[in-house]
Amino acid sequence: MSGGVDSAVAAARAVAAGHDVTGVHLALARNPQTYRTGARGCCTLEDSRDARRAADVIGIPFYVWDMAEQFQDDVVDDFVAEYAAGRTPNPCLRCNEKIKFSAVLDRAVALGFDAVVTGHHARLGADGLLRRSVDQAKDQSYVLAVLTRAQLDRAVFPLGDSTKARVRAEAAERGLAVAEKPDSHDICFIADGDTRGFLADRLGETPGDVVDGRTGAVVGRHSGAYAYTVGQRKGLDLRVPAPDGRPRYVLSITPKTNTVTVGSREDLEVDTVTADRVIWHGECTPVECDVQMRAHGEVVPAVVTVDGDTLVARLRRPARGVAAGQAIVAYRTDQDGDIVLGSATIASGTVSEPGAVAGDRAGAAGNA
Amino acid sequence: MAYLDHAATTPMLAEALDAYVVAAGGIGNPSSLHAAGRGARRLVEESRERIAAVVGARPSEVVFTSGGTESDNLATKGIFWARRDADPRRTRVVASSVEHHAVLDSVDWLSGHEGATVSWLPVDALGRVHPAALADLLDEHGDEIAVISVQWANNEVGTVQPVHELAEVAARAGIPFHTDAVQAVGQIPVDFAAGGAAALTLTGHKLGGPVGVGALLLGRDVPCTPLLHGGGQERDVRSGTLDTAGVVAFAVAVESAIKNQQEYAVRIGALRDELVERVRAAVPDVVLNGHPEHRLPGNAHFSFPGCEGDALLLLLDAKGIACSTGSACSAGVAQPSHVLLAMGADDDRARSSLRFTLGHTSTRADVDALLAALPGAVERARRATAMKTPR
Repeated sequence: MSGGVDSAVAAARAVAAGHDVTGVHLALARNPQTYRTGARGCCTLEDSRDARRAADVIGIPFYVWDMAEQFQDDVVDDFVAEYAAGRTPNPCLRCNEKIKFSAVLDRAVALGFDAVVTGHHARLGADGLLRRSVDQAKDQSYVLAVLTRAQLDRAVFPLGDSTKARVRAEAAERGLAVAEKPDSHDICFIADGDTRGFLADRLGETPGDVVDGRTGAVVGRHSGAYAYTVGQRKGLDLRVPAPDGRPRYVLSITPKTNTVTVGSREDLEVDTVTADRVIWHGECTPVECDVQMRAHGEVVPAVVTVDGDTLVARLRRPARGVAAGQAIVAYRTDQDGDIVLGSATIASGTVSEPGAVAGDRAGAAGNA
Repeated sequence: MAYLDHAATTPMLAEALDAYVVAAGGIGNPSSLHAAGRGARRLVEESRERIAAVVGARPSEVVFTSGGTESDNLATKGIFWARRDADPRRTRVVASSVEHHAVLDSVDWLSGHEGATVSWLPVDALGRVHPAALADLLDEHGDEIAVISVQWANNEVGTVQPVHELAEVAARAGIPFHTDAVQAVGQIPVDFAAGGAAALTLTGHKLGGPVGVGALLLGRDVPCTPLLHGGGQERDVRSGTLDTAGVVAFAVAVESAIKNQQEYAVRIGALRDELVERVRAAVPDVVLNGHPEHRLPGNAHFSFPGCEGDALLLLLDAKGIACSTGSACSAGVAQPSHVLLAMGADDDRARSSLRFTLGHTSTRADVDALLAALPGAVERARRATAMKTPR
């Protein structure tokens, strides 16, 4: 129970369904004496109080579990290391994989509980299939697709059939004070939302070149390649204008040479995505399906092939901003909610037709 | 439900509740001059006298406060300020390392904001302060010490301190000695005059009175600068309109608890001994923390090797057993107990601890309920700890 409206209603629904429910708030910050500012941060004292207050109204026991150490090791340090390696991590996904449905789940099962209930917006029904929420805008199946079969078997998502508006209305009906609490955005452990500053504090300044992807010419300087993400346009601060005068985007980050490569919007396009750390739920491949390559990102039709721990997606139309480190999630369209077939961590995005554009696009990991 | 957390708060005594309700129906500010005010004042003063009579104090030495935390703050900060004002060399505070946070954090605050130097008195493995350690400190720093504070009995492990000896050492050096007796009053004999302390903290809700009312017994000649300024009530040491009904009920509870103390200690002490023996039989490797003899009669405090106190508490709570891991933290995240660490316990032993405290409503059925739930809970908690080992 984060202290937000979703987990509060999820807990109330689990109780209403007849389960014996205990509320758990995760203390994730090393220093809990921090107060949230605006809608940021999800592990502050005030949030802990909001969660406790909701648990009291629902009428369930409530405990705070100190997961700060695991969170630091598995989520925060991983986040920094991934950026340092030129990739773009998704810490929420990592938190689900390593904390909520691993450290917390393991402890809960050892203590005699059967499952972890969360307020994620996704459907997980009797058929055991993970599906998108009915609320497409709030759907969180992308950050849950990293869960294995065993983890899903011990997960309960009571909110997938409801829109966020319905969840808020129900919170109000149940007398939960968090009904109107604003949604949390951004990364919970970066309280001020300044990811670049957070990384700079930990990785230091490492100035390097910004080069043109086609000519190799140095077109600018950067103070740390980790501050860039594939597909990024803003904040490049390039002194030399592009010959065609059009905006330039980050094509790749190469930690080995500390180089940020930029190019045109067209150069950003890839049609083949290679990924590893595959979680696959058994569908035979190659399979025609849809793939999504960042949270709330566009959905692209593709043919996905899984071979051992490698997943290759041949995109039916090119995609832009495919960043190594992000998850690629495969969905099969279904009238009862698109079904998650599996996921993997993007290693590189490439263009299969030779000569169209030069080389490896999202391939920081591949290059390095 | 088996309520085994009386050291946190204990139910009100029937006679205290009755007295509260009657007094709360009345009207009058005890500081007012009219008849209603005089009526309230009479109730307050009679209560003061009743308390003074059973705790070995003069009525004028009873300063009503909002409870233990305020009394501890007033004694430590107030006496420090007054004594330093009288002699600027007196900037040192002496306190035991196992004090309740109301003293601990007040002393820390004096150190952080008032330039105080702090000498923390160590304790032995059973949680006792040694008077010789205080005597050595006074020989070395006597002229610099503003105030000394050592609790009468520890709230976590139940160890009773040699308060008479400590107070005597302090009195010989002419330094005011404060003792937090919140856990002791009604549990063991406590006498202000005979104890030799300059100031003593007690509170209502630990002995069958209401929450929100307590007292600082403050010797007549002990200088103390107020924390709260205003109407000049309570010898001008503690301003604020007195809570007549609360004070009346508090006095009834103090009187009752002290009059029944001997009988209580025998009955509850025997029940506690039974609890300890049965827990030892059920969990052979359990460690009893605190002093085997110099101990509060209602306190049983254990470390359960291989368990987290947190996990045990959750599992016992689910079975209707109310107990405590020690001092709670505002964020709800358990910190290893400073008391156990001061006693030389390692982090694991401190984190694996659980406190069961009996009180005036406790019966054998409570102990039976605990023993029915405990073995399963310990087994589960051990498995949960094993899950936490690095993956």
